[in-house]
Amino acid sequence: MRTPAEQGLSGELKKLSATGGARIVALREAAAKAFNDNGLPHRRVEEWKYTDLRTLVREALPISTPAQSVVVEAHARLLVDTEVRRIVVANGAVVPELSGFADLEPGLSIQPLAQALAAGSDVVTRLGSLEPGRYDAVLALNTALAVDGVVIAVAPGTVIERPIHVAHVFSGKAAASFARNLVVLGEGASLTYAESFEGPEGAAYQVNSATEFVVADASSLDVVRVQEEGASAIHLSTLLFEVGKDVKLNAFGFTSGAAVSRTSLYARLIGADSAVSFNGALLLKDRQHADSTLFVDHQTTGCESRELFKHVLDDSSRGVFQGKIVVRQPAQKTDGRMMSRALILGDDAEMDNKPELEIFADDVACGHGATCGAIDDDLLFYLRARGIPLKEAQSLLVQAFVGEAIETVANDALRDALVERAETWLKARA
Amino acid sequence: MPAVQETVEQVRSIDVDQYKYGFFTDIESEKAPKGLDEDTVRFISAKKNEPEWLLEWRLDAFRRWQTMQEPKWARVDYPAIPYQELYYYSAPKQKAGPKSIDEIDPEILATYEKLGIPLRERDALLGIESTGGSRVAVDAVFDSVSVATTFKEELAKAGVIFMPISEAVREHPELVKKYLGSVVPVTDNFFATLNSAVFSDGSFVYVPKGVRCPMELSTYFRINERNTGQFERTLIIADEGSYVSYLEGCTAPMRDENQLHAAVVELVALADAEIKYSTVQNWYPGDSQGKGGIFNFVTKRGDCRGDRSKISWTQVETGSAITWKYPSCILRGDNSQGEFYSIAISNGRQQVDSGTKMIHLGKNTSSRIISKGIAAGRSDNTYRGLVSAHRKATGARNFTNCDSLLIGDQCGAHTVPYIESKNSSAHFEHEATTSKISEDQLFYCRQRGLDPEEATALIVNGFVKDVLQQLPMEFAVEAQKLISVSLEGSVG
Repeated sequence: MRTPAEQGLSGELKKLSATGGARIVALREAAAKAFNDNGLPHRRVEEWKYTDLRTLVREALPISTPAQSVVVEAHARLLVDTEVRRIVVANGAVVPELSGFADLEPGLSIQPLAQALAAGSDVVTRLGSLEPGRYDAVLALNTALAVDGVVIAVAPGTVIERPIHVAHVFSGKAAASFARNLVVLGEGASLTYAESFEGPEGAAYQVNSATEFVVADASSLDVVRVQEEGASAIHLSTLLFEVGKDVKLNAFGFTSGAAVSRTSLYARLIGADSAVSFNGALLLKDRQHADSTLFVDHQTTGCESRELFKHVLDDSSRGVFQGKIVVRQPAQKTDGRMMSRALILGDDAEMDNKPELEIFADDVACGHGATCGAIDDDLLFYLRARGIPLKEAQSLLVQAFVGEAIETVANDALRDALVERAETWLKARA
Repeated sequence: MPAVQETVEQVRSIDVDQYKYGFFTDIESEKAPKGLDEDTVRFISAKKNEPEWLLEWRLDAFRRWQTMQEPKWARVDYPAIPYQELYYYSAPKQKAGPKSIDEIDPEILATYEKLGIPLRERDALLGIESTGGSRVAVDAVFDSVSVATTFKEELAKAGVIFMPISEAVREHPELVKKYLGSVVPVTDNFFATLNSAVFSDGSFVYVPKGVRCPMELSTYFRINERNTGQFERTLIIADEGSYVSYLEGCTAPMRDENQLHAAVVELVALADAEIKYSTVQNWYPGDSQGKGGIFNFVTKRGDCRGDRSKISWTQVETGSAITWKYPSCILRGDNSQGEFYSIAISNGRQQVDSGTKMIHLGKNTSSRIISKGIAAGRSDNTYRGLVSAHRKATGARNFTNCDSLLIGDQCGAHTVPYIESKNSSAHFEHEATTSKISEDQLFYCRQRGLDPEEATALIVNGFVKDVLQQLPMEFAVEAQKLISVSLEGSVG
């Protein structure tokens, strides 16, 4: 039985874009076929056990149309005070008049995906090359339907000081928007990449975003994501990493938006001796549902991976963390640690943790931990005994709790902005 | 950290090729016709002289089983089980109902003697006196039937009912009817439903109110006949304020073909009662090339039905080609407790997928999970567990610790925990640590003159002790022999 949403999406998949050359067209067709064959995942599909898209995505919305740049400008609020190079993507399409394509640092190239596809840019040969070898409905839809996004390439040895911020904004009537981004770092390059997502409170729009990161040997990449979609939105995103040797990669995600969100992260560690970390802070309330699913694949020796996720769950919200560290047989000397902690504030909140290890190498140090519970009464008492009101005391403790994850962001300006986002959330709560 | 030579050798010594209990007892047996249909179910029921309601219960299970699919989610890979090629009932031929131990076929007695299980109470006493331990009552199950149950009278004096379940059906139908299938429902899962249809023997224990069972109870399961499956069913009920400790052991001959073992164990603990259930599972694991061995698909579940009740599972899993086993606790009563201690060792081409479920329903319930997995050879060892707190389970607590160790580079160790909390006051902690021995501990020991190997052995002993010390004395010795393996470097 196909759901109305699946039928609607299959309808959209009949009219695929023909740009980008034979390879890209074949990718789109294969993805569309995979979706038509397999449909949306449901709770019987292990990776989607806690996020049943067949019930959560009730209808397929029409694909979004470009928004007026004045409207977009009014809506783009996230990280506006931060010193960054901003590229604005509205309803899945780059808005050149709001984006900083001018005065690029030497060695840096930024272009809209639509333009790169039309021009047959070299860098596009990497598009789609990081897809995992198995069916992921969200990614398949993105591959089939996304026609624009941002393509960034940093030449070998180039250090880009100023962070690049891709601001995804949704405006207008409820629709589905798809964006595909590609970030390619040459050997020894360095970049801080931020992406944010926001949209109107009332509209039940859907966002499907995917970003591929090709991180070459000895390069250094910092990724910061802020997801503050409108309260009725559905946000589905996929992050794909291919990590070379001696790489330093640090990715952090802040989530407080959307009614339903899911972020799937796939990281393939193909070079030796790299250090990667994937962290997140999620602040949820009302009936929000947020799912973070990680798949870290250690394919070679000597890599270190760290994952730290902090959930704060108020009201009847639900947090889901699924993390899988795979250590393949050649990946000796792997050091992997995964930690998920949840602070449950609301009586009806729910946390589902599933940290997994799959290990085939014997000389490794891997571990995971997961905890969930309420705020420590002793700590609350300590603060209240000093005259701090309950809500404020809770706020302080929550700040300290998520602070540990936010601290992992290296860029000062972005970190400060994130701390401020967490404070805003807590203030709204009080 | 790779295993040191000593460990590797110790593991080899318990390798699958070293299986000691692989002999076969040549004894005439009576079997049900090959294959499984309603007639097989009727045959088994008739053999056991069962009342009509139980036959209907079995037939209902059988009909439901036919509509079910074999589960595929576990991390095990095995050839299709030819359900129609198996014998579902096999019993050694003997005169109806041996009155005393002397009427039992001497071949069977010899078998148990060879396995080190004393069936004569006199022998048992003699044997135990020399080791100075307590006595153990044994129910010996040979293929599909129970051949002997010891210390029955003495237990009866205390009011404890300990007998084969087939006898309990006739003698205590009200208890069996009330509790059978109340913890593991007929349609719980594919293998439990199959068991419900064709279960043959197993133990039945009832401990009355306020009674502390005067001795350890145990069942020794032996698969002997070729091409048979063993489908035992155990039901233990601890009435209010009672206590019982139950041990279970299992072995089978070495054969090239795989044999199926699909058991169901149900435990019911009423208010203030405590059940301690220990298993040393040593079914034939197959040879080093993965030929033969038992397919062990077991559903074990305990229901802490009353307030302040407690159920504790301890298992040492060393045998079976495939292990699919998740002893679980339903913490229904307020302040009830569940425990799961496990050591799972896989070697050769064994595949283990085992763990537990702790389902917190009552208030202030607590659970504790300690799991140690060791994978060697070309085996795969998976811990799969669920801890969940229901909306009403205020104050639920759980602590989980699972460690695993890989010896050799051809094996795999995996951890798949599910932790679901629907209650803000629930407090769950899960850790799957790399139990690589801490440098500090090693340094401390070496400072005192121990060489690295000795230091490692010492620390490792402490490491497995968590689980070993949960075993009753009688089993601890056997278990220790099975796992004199050091765990000096391990992965979660």
